[in-house]
Amino acid sequence: MKHIKCECGHVNPEGTVLCEACGKPIEGNQHIDGNDKKKLLNMRYEGSARRSTTFNKSIVDKVWSFFSSVKVGVWLIVIALIASGIGTILPLEQYIPANAISRDPAIFYPETYGLFGKVYYQLGFHNLYSSWWYLIILASIGVSLVICSIDRFVPLYRALKRQKAKRHESFINRQRFYSQTEVVSQEEINTVKKRLQKQRYRIKEENGHIVAEKGRFSRWGPYVNHIGLIIILIAALLRTTSFFYLSEYVWVRDGELTVIPGTDSEYYIENKKFILDTYDINDKRFKDALAKEGRIIPSNFQTNVTIFKAEEPEVIGVEEDLVKINDFEIRMNEPAKFGGYILYQQGYQINEFSKMTFKIYQLNDPEAEALGEFTVDLFDPKTEYEIDSEFRVEVVEYYPDYTLTEDQVRSKTKDSNNPAFVFNLYPPGSEDAEISFVGDVIGSAEDLGIDTSAVDLQPMGNVIGSFAPSIDPTGENQYRILIDSIEFDRKSGLSIKRDYTIPFFVLGTLIFMIGVIQGMYWQHRRIWIHPKKEGILLAAHTNKNWFGLKKDIEKVIDGTSIQMVEEQKEDD
Amino acid sequence: MEGLLNASSTMLFTAFILYLVATLFFGATIKEKNSEQKKSGFAGKLAITLTILGLVAQLIYFITRWMASGHAPVSNMFEFVTFLGMCLVLAFIIIYLIYKLNILGLFALPIAMIFIAYASVFPTEIAPLVPSLKSYWLYIHVTTVALGSGILFVSFVAGLMYLIRQVDQRKRDARVVSLEVVLYFIFLLLGFILISSVFSAMNYSAIFEYDLNGKRVMTEYELPAIAAPNESTLVTEGVMKPWFETPSWMQGSHAGRKFNSVIWSMVVGSALYGLTRLLLRKRVGAAISPLLKKVNPELLDEINYRAVAIGFPIFTLGGLIFASIWAQEAWGRFWGWDPKEVWALITWFFYAAYLHLRLSRGWHGEKSAWLAIIGFGIILFNLIVVNLVIAGLHSYA
Repeated sequence: MKHIKCECGHVNPEGTVLCEACGKPIEGNQHIDGNDKKKLLNMRYEGSARRSTTFNKSIVDKVWSFFSSVKVGVWLIVIALIASGIGTILPLEQYIPANAISRDPAIFYPETYGLFGKVYYQLGFHNLYSSWWYLIILASIGVSLVICSIDRFVPLYRALKRQKAKRHESFINRQRFYSQTEVVSQEEINTVKKRLQKQRYRIKEENGHIVAEKGRFSRWGPYVNHIGLIIILIAALLRTTSFFYLSEYVWVRDGELTVIPGTDSEYYIENKKFILDTYDINDKRFKDALAKEGRIIPSNFQTNVTIFKAEEPEVIGVEEDLVKINDFEIRMNEPAKFGGYILYQQGYQINEFSKMTFKIYQLNDPEAEALGEFTVDLFDPKTEYEIDSEFRVEVVEYYPDYTLTEDQVRSKTKDSNNPAFVFNLYPPGSEDAEISFVGDVIGSAEDLGIDTSAVDLQPMGNVIGSFAPSIDPTGENQYRILIDSIEFDRKSGLSIKRDYTIPFFVLGTLIFMIGVIQGMYWQHRRIWIHPKKEGILLAAHTNKNWFGLKKDIEKVIDGTSIQMVEEQKEDD
Repeated sequence: MEGLLNASSTMLFTAFILYLVATLFFGATIKEKNSEQKKSGFAGKLAITLTILGLVAQLIYFITRWMASGHAPVSNMFEFVTFLGMCLVLAFIIIYLIYKLNILGLFALPIAMIFIAYASVFPTEIAPLVPSLKSYWLYIHVTTVALGSGILFVSFVAGLMYLIRQVDQRKRDARVVSLEVVLYFIFLLLGFILISSVFSAMNYSAIFEYDLNGKRVMTEYELPAIAAPNESTLVTEGVMKPWFETPSWMQGSHAGRKFNSVIWSMVVGSALYGLTRLLLRKRVGAAISPLLKKVNPELLDEINYRAVAIGFPIFTLGGLIFASIWAQEAWGRFWGWDPKEVWALITWFFYAAYLHLRLSRGWHGEKSAWLAIIGFGIILFNLIVVNLVIAGLHSYA
């Protein structure tokens, strides 16, 4: 390595722009920071020798220079910014609404958004944030953070550590804040020194040359916050592995005991009761807003659960024992925590159909006496029901979650949220079937103005069931099938999480915030006094908040003959 | 309860009037000789006192409404936007105490007032909290975001003043036109506030029925319908018939109503702008620019940068960190790529880029001022478009 010896005697590393000790511009290197064409010195990184601006021969040098450039960093940020924005134009795959035409992205996007939706889907924007190219952008930002920081931190640290009170005149008079005073007494200089100390400047002196400095630690702020960001990016990387991050979901019915997925059958959950509270529409405070909203607003989702732990049986082959860990009341914003896992209240279903009983009537029978009845277990529907060996009912179509969209009948989900059936009814002794359509209880309840997402249908289900349609598509039926009674289940959706990356995120965030505050809320200020003949040269520099620095100088020279610094500007 | 709520509304109105009067006095400081000297004249002292009194009045509004509703009034559009206006005033006072620049008040306070007026367009009833919002993190997260945004808004105000001061109005070039477009947007917002207030005072209502996801739903227009919802029928009688229907590609609940509001804002805002141009006989930017002749542009640039330097950490804390902690508490995932989250990240990216660009020569002054304006645009986009158009966790209306 070639070293450069300055006239002050200090030996600088190759590529130095301003001598680390006295600040004298080093001949031949001024183009690096663009000082050759300017009146003022570029004070970024103190004109220290950075690897990125010194070496540019090998590929490593070129990659290093590329990623250490602030310009490249800003471009990466801007690209990430635009890409992130594109991802919000249409909902992500995970946010396709439950009542959409289809939850299959290949159908949802083109059907809902036309050609634009189709292109959006084909470009993979429905999963943009987990696409390889988005991750590459984020990773590049990470690489840039590391290289930028190393490239600048080390030389900057050296330069600030080795700076001397005595600066070269050409350093002083090329500062943004500069003044010249012909005659200054030693007394006045002493006053200034005292005042500077009072403002908590640290003073260094060398043969009458003075540098007053404060807030140097704010210069490290950017590097500290970059470390924080790197930790956050690493944590995000770890989170993609199943060891560090586990996320599962479980539906539990009222009274049901089931194993908690993701816990290796170690933990069991019993749902004692799911509670859905709603706001009273007569509540004094909220009645206006509730009336305007026109629907029931929930106030609390809660599941009372008991968590059990499975103990290994002592004898192999014997069923394991469940040991109660604790009772929990899980609410929104109040998850249950046990054994490293966290259980969150995530969803609910208050009107899941479990059993439906149907009765067969003769059409136009004034007495309306049932001729037969059958019950469908919706968790285990059969294809055919024999009724007292007289009637026979064949299930032609079963829609567990019936919906009608644009003349198309389909089931939205596989859950029995709104069952509907197409039956073939074989009257006694007949080989010819009558077709009838029965179901869509939820549809009729909504038509009656009942908010089925917030109101239990259990007590009134039978009544509403009799309003549900029973349609005779041919118009030639002699019998009809009506809903007689319905049984409902309530179930609670809970998500299970175990996230070992949280401490890393917390650490990264903490370091980031410390770094940002350090860099933003403090400033590095330096004031130089350079004796010259009878008088002095006064110069000052700060990395931000020049206004504050100016006020500091005004205060310390108040009442002395020292000239206030002038703001030097570029001529162009 | 009623009494408390009435007192609360009165205090908000009082605050608005105080800000208005304070603006007039800040305007009066222009005539004083040294507009940026340490010693503020009488008008300046009175103006900042009135501003602080206004802030106190608004604080009383905030506290009394909190007492009446039982939760911090930051839970719907009306409450949040009002609070944002208050944070802008607070941020202005902080910056004023540092820089003592009177004329900043002449621009910052009207923007704060526009926020408060815009808020009042939304339903003002006290609304109950849904379970997911029932957390003390609501207060911590929302208030910190609003404070951070308020401080970032000051950088917008300083940037706008810088441009009005510096952009040469004598020749019509891209910079002059862009600046005028920014000012035109303010007129559109004023147009929206004006027309909404007029028709809401008249209790105007027109109800439409239309199909949404196979269900018959109703939507209420509070402005006469120029654009009806797609394939809808007008239910209310004796109101203006719609001129055309909202195109079908505009999705989401109440898309028609929102589109209709946009049309009205364009019409009324453009009319307001046209009228102003007619009265001034020059560009609005050119008309304001003489007011700023005595201000040091370097100082405006410094305020622009300083506001970002102060606001950025607070915004990060509220908009990303507290937001993540709450999301972790509520859903077990601290980040979910919800549009609101993504736009908070975009805002953060943007200001991070701004801070890095400030390191380079050539990005100070005018370029920084433009950046401050774009940043403001991004925050407003997240507030208005993401809340009202892109559905997600934060959709309010």
